[in-house]
Amino acid sequence: MRAVRVIFRRELGAYLTSTMGYVVAAVMLLLDGLLFYGQALGPAAGERLSTDVLTRFFFTTSGLVAIAAVVLSTRLLAEERQLETLVLLNTSPVKDTQIVVGKFLSALAFLTVITSLTVYMPLMIMVNGKVSFGQVGVGYLGLVLLGSAVIAIGVFASSLTRHPLLAAFLGAAFVGIMFLFWPLGLVIPYPLSVVFQGLAIHGRHFTGFEVGVLQLKDVVYYLAVTYFFLLMATKAMEAKRWE
Amino acid sequence: MLRASGLTKYFRKKRAVGPVSFEIEQGQTVGFLGLNGVGKTTLLRLIACDLRPSAGSLMVRDIDGVRDPHRLRRLVGFLPQRPPLYEEMTVGDYLQFAGRIRGMDETQLRDRLPMVEEITNITHKHGEIIRHLSHGYRQRVGMAQAVLHDPDLLILDEPTHGLDPAQIVEIRAVIRGLKEHHTVLISSHNLPEISQTCDQILVLDAGEIIAAGTEEDLAGNLLKGQHVEVSVLPRSANGAGDVSSVTDLLRQIPGVTKVQSEGTANGALVFVVEAKEDRAADVCRVLVQGGWGVVRLEPSQRKLESVFLELVQGRS
Repeated sequence: MRAVRVIFRRELGAYLTSTMGYVVAAVMLLLDGLLFYGQALGPAAGERLSTDVLTRFFFTTSGLVAIAAVVLSTRLLAEERQLETLVLLNTSPVKDTQIVVGKFLSALAFLTVITSLTVYMPLMIMVNGKVSFGQVGVGYLGLVLLGSAVIAIGVFASSLTRHPLLAAFLGAAFVGIMFLFWPLGLVIPYPLSVVFQGLAIHGRHFTGFEVGVLQLKDVVYYLAVTYFFLLMATKAMEAKRWE
Repeated sequence: MLRASGLTKYFRKKRAVGPVSFEIEQGQTVGFLGLNGVGKTTLLRLIACDLRPSAGSLMVRDIDGVRDPHRLRRLVGFLPQRPPLYEEMTVGDYLQFAGRIRGMDETQLRDRLPMVEEITNITHKHGEIIRHLSHGYRQRVGMAQAVLHDPDLLILDEPTHGLDPAQIVEIRAVIRGLKEHHTVLISSHNLPEISQTCDQILVLDAGEIIAAGTEEDLAGNLLKGQHVEVSVLPRSANGAGDVSSVTDLLRQIPGVTKVQSEGTANGALVFVVEAKEDRAADVCRVLVQGGWGVVRLEPSQRKLESVFLELVQGRS
């Protein structure tokens, strides 16, 4: 556990001292603000129920969270391999699992901080309309869980290559495919449709969070995706030592 | 202390190392000598448990490095050819991270960090960002992270790679200091480096150990004798005839098997005298009695070079 904490602290420090961390935060917050303005405050927004505006906010923010998660996570192992700094961790008495988990947690913590900075938008809705703290809280829990799953996929992509750009491409492709499972599930015949919809990273599993309905199966889904891809990343790390 | 047996590493279907077997005693400084691409780095990475072997065994003390690499890594400090430095960190922060990741607690870090910074002469760079350091200082920081946790086994892969002559001298001085407390493995294709710092030499070629022993052992076995390098002042302005005169004189010494002219250095004629046993005193006496001005007499610095070339060329 101590090794995880040490790696977590170093990685989080790297995000806070790197340009990349601030660029990701700035771009995400800017785009989210602009989209919110367009949907809720701008001239084209029209009249809507507060809860619909909040649902729309969580929908758009989830897309941005997924993109930010890919950018933040896919450099984690690939960049270390490229810069040949991973050898420090690989020759220390640290297990591959601890390396993967430490890095994953740092990316998740940074993403959670960025995401929490968007809270002024739901607060504006609360001031001007009627939404519950419950819906806001559940929505943010969904964003963190979605971010967690996407970061785990990104860490896995990052464990496969020494090129950060290729890792970003792979991560985006994996996440994109898992997003596409939902629309695909709507058009393909039963029973495959059920499988695809069940595996989709957005759609069925995130809809509940958008409207403030917390369902255990959705939480379990995101935790399972996170666990699965972190396990895959650990196995890929171990395999690299043998190949 | 370290015993490798049939250690082999394949990268896909290509054999990079092995099978190699060797033993290293506690407190020795061992040089892995070989041309570029013969498997030195791969072998060191296997010993450092960065890579897992395709076959064979590796024991350090009583720890099985193949079955329990996690435990073995506690005993090892590794400086790869390119130091694993996080450039955005300060030297102090980086070394603290390196110590913590190797299991050191805060008390150990407080005691050990200033000492290691002093040994590697980076105390005054403690607060500097690594990105702003010169190549030589980066190498020292890399060395500091490798010795910070006081490992039993210190592995240095080409520690003077890319350094200027002044930095090389400084790094060698640091290594000499480290030899007193650690078993050190050094890889290099730089013959003087190995010759000046190592007690034992393992010569690698095509992933295999083709010779092992002290420099004297290797020279004795392969060069069949002792080598003395002597510099003599020429009598004539252009040295015409002097080379043959000196050569003839030296050949008369009993036990001398070969005398070879090596050209001139600093205005003196240089000869390498090969004999079955040490004939340095006879060489000096004969030359002085013959009226030649001897300005330098020492064991040949090119001994290891000759051994190395003999080994590698012999195989090819």
